[in-house]
Amino acid sequence: MEIRPILASLRKHRIPALLIVLEIALACAVLCNAVFLIGARAGEIALPNAIDEQGLSVVTLTGADPDRAASEIPRNLDALRRIRGVREVAVLNTVPLSGNGWNSNFTTRPDMKPTDKGSINSNVYLMGEGAGRALGLRLTQGRMFTGEDYASASMGSSFMPETHVAIVNQRLAERLWPGQSPLGRKMYVNQYWYQVVGVVANVLRPKQAGAGLPGIYDAAFFPMQPTAELSYYVLRGAPADRERIARQAEDALSGLEPAAVAEGKTFVDIRGDYFSGAASMVWMLVLVCVVMLAVTAFGIVGLTSFWVAQRRRQIGIRRAVGARRGHILSYFRTENFLLSGAGVLLGMLLAFGINLYLMQHYEMARMPWYYLPAGAITLWLLGQVAVFGPAHRAAAVPPVEATRSA
Amino acid sequence: MFGYYLQLALRSLGRNRVLTTLMVLALALGIGACITTLAVLRLLSGDPLPGRSAQLYYPQIDPYPKDGYVPGESKPQENLTWVDANELFAAHRAQRQALVALGSAKIQPRDAGGRPFFGDAVMTTAEFLPMVGAPFRYGGAWSAADDAAGARVVVIAGFLNQKLFGGANSVGRTLRLNGHDFRVVGVLDRFSPQPRFYAINLGRSYGDGDGVFLPLRAGRAVKLDPYSVSCWEAADIEHLETAPCMWLGLWVELPDAAAVANYKRFLDGYVREQIARGRFHRTDTALPDLMQWLRDENVVPDDARLQAGLAFGFLLICVTNTIGLLLAKCLRRSREIGVRRALGATRGAIFGQFMVEAAIVGLAGGLLGLVFAELGLWGIRHQPAEYAELARLDLSMFVFTFIVALLSALVAGLLPAWRACAVAPAPQLKSA
Repeated sequence: MEIRPILASLRKHRIPALLIVLEIALACAVLCNAVFLIGARAGEIALPNAIDEQGLSVVTLTGADPDRAASEIPRNLDALRRIRGVREVAVLNTVPLSGNGWNSNFTTRPDMKPTDKGSINSNVYLMGEGAGRALGLRLTQGRMFTGEDYASASMGSSFMPETHVAIVNQRLAERLWPGQSPLGRKMYVNQYWYQVVGVVANVLRPKQAGAGLPGIYDAAFFPMQPTAELSYYVLRGAPADRERIARQAEDALSGLEPAAVAEGKTFVDIRGDYFSGAASMVWMLVLVCVVMLAVTAFGIVGLTSFWVAQRRRQIGIRRAVGARRGHILSYFRTENFLLSGAGVLLGMLLAFGINLYLMQHYEMARMPWYYLPAGAITLWLLGQVAVFGPAHRAAAVPPVEATRSA
Repeated sequence: MFGYYLQLALRSLGRNRVLTTLMVLALALGIGACITTLAVLRLLSGDPLPGRSAQLYYPQIDPYPKDGYVPGESKPQENLTWVDANELFAAHRAQRQALVALGSAKIQPRDAGGRPFFGDAVMTTAEFLPMVGAPFRYGGAWSAADDAAGARVVVIAGFLNQKLFGGANSVGRTLRLNGHDFRVVGVLDRFSPQPRFYAINLGRSYGDGDGVFLPLRAGRAVKLDPYSVSCWEAADIEHLETAPCMWLGLWVELPDAAAVANYKRFLDGYVREQIARGRFHRTDTALPDLMQWLRDENVVPDDARLQAGLAFGFLLICVTNTIGLLLAKCLRRSREIGVRRALGATRGAIFGQFMVEAAIVGLAGGLLGLVFAELGLWGIRHQPAEYAELARLDLSMFVFTFIVALLSALVAGLLPAWRACAVAPAPQLKSA
């Protein structure tokens, strides 16, 4: 296909050509960044969490008398265990994605303060006996807590547990002791120290604390005897039973503790609630992208149609001097290909620029390079699809059109 | 003349229905998206206390230890310890001032057998409600003497009064909070500043507002624990009043710049004194006003800004699209323009005619855009975000929509209209 005549004709229609290029460039830039954002948010929503999410139901109990926790918690656990289909029951201070965080800054040296820059912020999970099994934690190294660990651990007057054993998840282990085995090592918070006895696969925190993956993953687990701080009852059963278990557990605890407020939920719902903002952002972005592509496509159809109508006579002349339909078709396709090409080139530059700007002003990562060509190809294809109709109409112009006066 | 242009424009728009629909629809979608996101942004960055916010300030100091301190590189802390909060409060260097902590109170309904429930509770001091201009339906705030005595008195929100007392005047009645009896001294009318700036734990900053307001000491006496406690050393959390923990906010009312400068000097002086006594090690202080404090706390989520940016990008595409389509239409009518010019129409007249046409597209786009914006906001109201329910178009946004629509359309119409009036009449007539 000879492109010189196309270029010559585009020179004659500089402004409409420029508009198509501009529209495609803008669409390409917005599309790349929007899709990148969608990917980032969707990645958040799908963050892995090494517990048995599908089978878990959680009941929170607030407002119970703190002085009676030691006797009431075992009684409550017994009652919950009797619910049909419940395999494991335990109680914790909080659960992943609950929004109720317990944060502490840990250090690897006794002389370092939690306020030092080198300290590492992590969530503190206090586990009642059996919580590892109830959550479905996956041990990768070392051991879980023993019955003795649970019995001897108590809540001091401070936020920290009075015990000397801890389990960390893989990410926290990697952050505290990069490249070394965490087993047997000690971590410190002021005068408290904890020796790592086990490592579990990565469990999410209750709430994002700080930027990036450490803010969502760093977590340490400690044993705890029944105390008032433990108010999240976790029940594990078959996924099919989780709704019923959550409801029955809520009723059971409400009945046992008339002065307190019990609220039952499945873990799947807890996760859904936590990420609901991200999910609605994803849907909004998808909607805008689809509408934007539709508007761009209709814009191309509109301008090309006008173009074809304006050139009916020239097309007729070309047909009369021997051009076949295929030639006319490919003429308009090539023209669109060239315009889209210029548009996506400009668009990729623009997309890159927008990404740089977003990186500076928002918590945004660098867009991987392949988003640019992917966006470019999408718009190129869109252009070809949009030009299909008008090009066919152009090809259908009969040669006799040449003989009519314009 | 204008009437004639209008007639011409309507006729020309009617001739190409598909093209006209496309233009209006594209513009309307762009405007709808823009207005929806702007309404949300406006809601989120709004002033919670119009007329009062410029006089409310939030003093900040830094009680952290010396470890890891690099002067000039750290910011003062968000909250105050009990000790500092009370010292600053007792100095009484502001016109009005109030300590604030937020907690969750267990409320026991009066009817036997009613399940208790939790409501957001503000533990504060006497001047807080008058200072923020909270409107009372019945009764009033408690006194400074009640603060000092830790009197068990409470001011409840209108919605809670509705729920517990059926909306009747409940002043003098008893409310059971955390298992203790409190006497109702006031009932608020609708009071819910958006965002709830005093809710230091800004996670709970939008929505209905708080259920109960009670004296700080009384709240602490019935074991109302603050939501957000941040300790920098091993701390006895049973006794927050002596622990190295920050959990209180202090709001001060400063009427003019001189008072602000005075207060800042006082704050710096307080910190120097504490350093001399060995209690403090860091000199940073800050005294942001309410709106600055909200900016410091990033109350507007990044997502809302990103959405607005995206919507503007989208509108830009829609405007480009409209320029293209208007241009296509006008070039197609070269002959008509030629005839009009030959019959004596000036360039200005042609320009005017095409701008009127663009304006009609703009108005139609604005009208339809308003429908889309309402639709978008309806969608947002059904989202789970805390602020979702408040997303609405007010009158100024309504007017703004039309201004944006008209401006977009006129900008879009400029180039085509300019091209149209540049058409030379002779060749058009010749070829006809």
